[in-house]
Amino acid sequence: MSVNRRDFIKGAAGGGAALATAAVVSVPSPAQARPNLEMSPNAVGLLYDSTLCVGCKACVAGCKEANGLPADVNTDDALWDTPLDIGPKTYNVIKLYADGTADHKDQEKDGFAFIKKSCMHCVDPSCVSVCPVSAMTKDKQTGIVGYNADICIGCRYCVASCPFGVPQSEFDTPTPKIRKCEMCRHRQAEGKIPACAEVCPTGATIFGPLTAITEEINRRRAMKAGEANVFERRTLGSGDTHERPAAQYVNHVYGETEVGGTQFRHMAGVPFDKLGYPNLREKSFASESEGIQHTLYKGLIAPALVLGGLVWAAKRASHIDDEHPEE
Amino acid sequence: MAGFHNEHEPLGGSILSKTTIICGILAFIAVVLLAKRMVLGLGAVTNLNNGYPWGLWIVYDVVIGTAFACGGYAMAVLTYILNKGEYHPLVRPALLASCFGYTLGGISIVFDLGRWWNAWHILVPGYMQTNSVMFEVALCVMAYILVLWVEFAPTLLTRFKLLHLRKKLDRVLFVFIALGVLLPSMHQSSLGTLLVVMGYQIHELWQTPILPLLFLMSAITMGFSIVVFEALLGAGGFHRSVRHEMPQLGKLAAIIRTMMIVYLVVRFGDLAVRGALGAIFTSGIKSVMFLIEIALFATPVVLFSSPSKRASKKFLWIGACCLLLAGALYRLDAFLVAYQTGAGWSYFPSVQELLVTIGIIAAEILLYIVFVRKFPVFYTHKLTPAELAAAHTK
Amino acid sequence: MYDDSAAKFETDVETRFGVSRRDFLKFCAAMAATMGLPKGADAQIAAAITKKERPSVIWLHHQECTGCSESLLRSEHPTLEKLILDIISLDYHETLFAAAGHQAEAARKAAMEKNKGKYILVVEGAIPMKDGGIYCKIGGQTSYELTKEVAADAAAIVAVGSCASWGGMPSTPPNPTGSTGVAEALGRKDVVTIPGCPPNPYNILATIVHFLTFGALPKVDELGRPTFAYGRLIHDNCERRSHFDAGRFALEFGDPGHRKGYCLYKLGCKGPETYANCPSILFNDVGTGSWPVGTGHPCIGCTEKHIGFEKPIHALATLKTNPPTSYPRIVEEQGAGASLAAAAVVAGVAGLAIGAGMKIAGNLGKSETTDGE
Repeated sequence: MSVNRRDFIKGAAGGGAALATAAVVSVPSPAQARPNLEMSPNAVGLLYDSTLCVGCKACVAGCKEANGLPADVNTDDALWDTPLDIGPKTYNVIKLYADGTADHKDQEKDGFAFIKKSCMHCVDPSCVSVCPVSAMTKDKQTGIVGYNADICIGCRYCVASCPFGVPQSEFDTPTPKIRKCEMCRHRQAEGKIPACAEVCPTGATIFGPLTAITEEINRRRAMKAGEANVFERRTLGSGDTHERPAAQYVNHVYGETEVGGTQFRHMAGVPFDKLGYPNLREKSFASESEGIQHTLYKGLIAPALVLGGLVWAAKRASHIDDEHPEE
Repeated sequence: MAGFHNEHEPLGGSILSKTTIICGILAFIAVVLLAKRMVLGLGAVTNLNNGYPWGLWIVYDVVIGTAFACGGYAMAVLTYILNKGEYHPLVRPALLASCFGYTLGGISIVFDLGRWWNAWHILVPGYMQTNSVMFEVALCVMAYILVLWVEFAPTLLTRFKLLHLRKKLDRVLFVFIALGVLLPSMHQSSLGTLLVVMGYQIHELWQTPILPLLFLMSAITMGFSIVVFEALLGAGGFHRSVRHEMPQLGKLAAIIRTMMIVYLVVRFGDLAVRGALGAIFTSGIKSVMFLIEIALFATPVVLFSSPSKRASKKFLWIGACCLLLAGALYRLDAFLVAYQTGAGWSYFPSVQELLVTIGIIAAEILLYIVFVRKFPVFYTHKLTPAELAAAHTK
Repeated sequence: MYDDSAAKFETDVETRFGVSRRDFLKFCAAMAATMGLPKGADAQIAAAITKKERPSVIWLHHQECTGCSESLLRSEHPTLEKLILDIISLDYHETLFAAAGHQAEAARKAAMEKNKGKYILVVEGAIPMKDGGIYCKIGGQTSYELTKEVAADAAAIVAVGSCASWGGMPSTPPNPTGSTGVAEALGRKDVVTIPGCPPNPYNILATIVHFLTFGALPKVDELGRPTFAYGRLIHDNCERRSHFDAGRFALEFGDPGHRKGYCLYKLGCKGPETYANCPSILFNDVGTGSWPVGTGHPCIGCTEKHIGFEKPIHALATLKTNPPTSYPRIVEEQGAGASLAAAAVVAGVAGLAIGAGMKIAGNLGKSETTDGE
């Protein structure tokens, strides 16, 4: 049989249409992108108040003890645990912002401020969204972003995707794990609170249900700078308090809206972009990526349709082959 | 179909040559280094760090490597889906290169995975995480590697004289051909989607929601280009005449040109819509890389607009090379140059890391040479062009 | 003074002070070290102390507990009370004096008359100013009148202890007697203050010895405190500082951290906002740990006005120290850039590829005619 022009065009049209479908559905329509995930009403979180922090690093040491982490040595004498940043051996770190003479605490110019870096426990976390094997999970109740090394394949997509650069992979071992703060969920299971909040001498890091944390943030926002106020330590409602004058806060609580909100909130007297926290939009990156992905592959309907067209077209082409006269 | 493929035959000749020996040595070095990585961990061989968790191996061996290996995909689209039988002689060599490209890409993923022994978890329903772009890419790539070998199987079955198996395979081959078009469409676009979730960490010249479309279009075009590239390289390397293939190569060049015009329009349109055009000249080294990339993408558009240049082996070669470089650079830029996870981090591949990648490329070349010399891959052109045309139009 | 005969000096010291020459010189060296004086100062001190004329000292007590004197007396090495009584001529001291009543007052007046303009006035205790200063009287005179009278002809005034320095414990709000320190009561700015509760005896002694040796009082800060003793934060010299830096804190008295000697910051230690040399020179020469923090109690900031006796003991200190450099910066350089070798490999491969590409292009160009259509 010869392929007449008509059949040829039909075949071409079928295959072409299939490909065109694939190409067209590749363009996402924003309307179909999913919204940010909502926070669980039982979510727990942490509040770090840079103005209360004295830079003692008790949280860093407490975290290491609670999580069995080794020293992270970065000096020649190798005498001290001196993490430069969060890393496979360090789940949280206190960093120093210093400007000019660095004389005044919590002041942007000629001042200094401490800032904590650790997992933000996003409400809509990228790391959970990108993990191909569900090794990174978000607890439906507490909202804690946890990790299971037994499932993890070590692709490090979580490391690459996190907008805060939090998950840390080990590179110095043939059996590397991802390391990050899991809000001491093993301690919480025993009824304890995260070690960083437990040991903080000034209540700069404080643990509590996110509803209580939100209230506490509003209370601190209403404080007048310089006036004596009572600050709690360890956990909200602990009764372990101390009194000190409130500082001047910047009008920005980091983590309230960033990438759809985080369960670790930060308050400070210095703008956050100076403290190494990027300005981030409200829409989560996970929702955008999943929006595209689900627009294309929801229920595998589009790929199935395309495949149908392709099979039909390929079948036509192989018929031509079958009847090839050459044998 | 069976008979059709008999027009292919091995090139013959000795496998041992200067090229194959050098490739063998480079491949052996890579094997040693990969063994070292397995014993001591990724950090012992690579410069990977937590600011750049994906380095050369992912970007070259997987992202760029599989795009180079899109020849089989692009030719399958043309030959089997768009039913252009005239391109048939170009399918097998393209398919072979795709087989190696994808298989070696798949193997190198295993070396890049930190916890590779858990890789099978991707196939376990309880672990599958369908929101993950990585999951889709992994699944598609795994499936496509299988499909590619099935597509290439007729060649092997012919070589080992298993003709009854081949007949059976031929009857269902169209399903695999269809899959062989669907799967790369899915994961080549998703390689772009991988970056969407990284948000602000990818520079605005590259970060866009239409990354999947841009990746898919450039991958298909790279597929066509690699076919042109391989045919002309074969003409040099194996002293084959490409006289019979020149008309098809010229037509491929025309397709490449059209696709690239569309690609560039979409790319710049996207930059304009996002208001990122200004960043083209104000982003330092990223601007430079962007402009080089665009220049390389635009070169084939200019060259292949002239019919006389489309008929010239030299200009076909230059145009195809430029486009392949452009596609590779686009991926390198998007994944590494444009990526900045936070101030202070830097990455450049280590010598050992580079040697592994070079070794993998060498292995690919080595295997390709062995295959074309020992298996019926290349079209023989014993028929006259007239006979050939008759065979196809009959 | 002592250069004419070493033997004579030896005999002199030994008979006068009842200590060996060696111990005496050790004391002089210790004094020099306490004040941070350069090498050779110990000889000068020895010369000054061995002078036949001992300077007259008049020591007044007001609102206080005599803890400062008690502390001074308990210095052991060398036996300071012996030295202080023999180096200086303590002509009036209400608690150490054997004399009493009018006899004592007469002695004071006689000393003031005899050493007019040359004696040293040491004040211990706060001076009440409210209601005409009636809340503390000695020999019918109020503290204020007495101090003013003695201060008028003094060569130097030394306020010993927190009470004399700014009012100390008696001045704690609401301060019912209106008590205040010597400098404020007299309206003078040349008063050297040695705050502390009690102040370290070495600091008192060193200040007086400095005056004896050099004829002038030591350099002081804006609060009148000798900088040799009050120039640095307790926090900076504290033996528990490493625990602070490593974030190891006692959370409660008697908890495991407390027993292990962890930092007492969370228990309210005022070391981070208190200037004193306590952790360096310790108390009473009994070896390590003989200071409040060493024994497990947080510093109460007794040398700092508005902190000692005023800020609650459990309240957290405000860190006065500038941030040390031991913190990671916001941006730290991490990861490896291009090594020369790696860059060379990349350049080599790129060069090779471009070269090969050009060569093939050239070959293809040449074959255009032979292999073409």
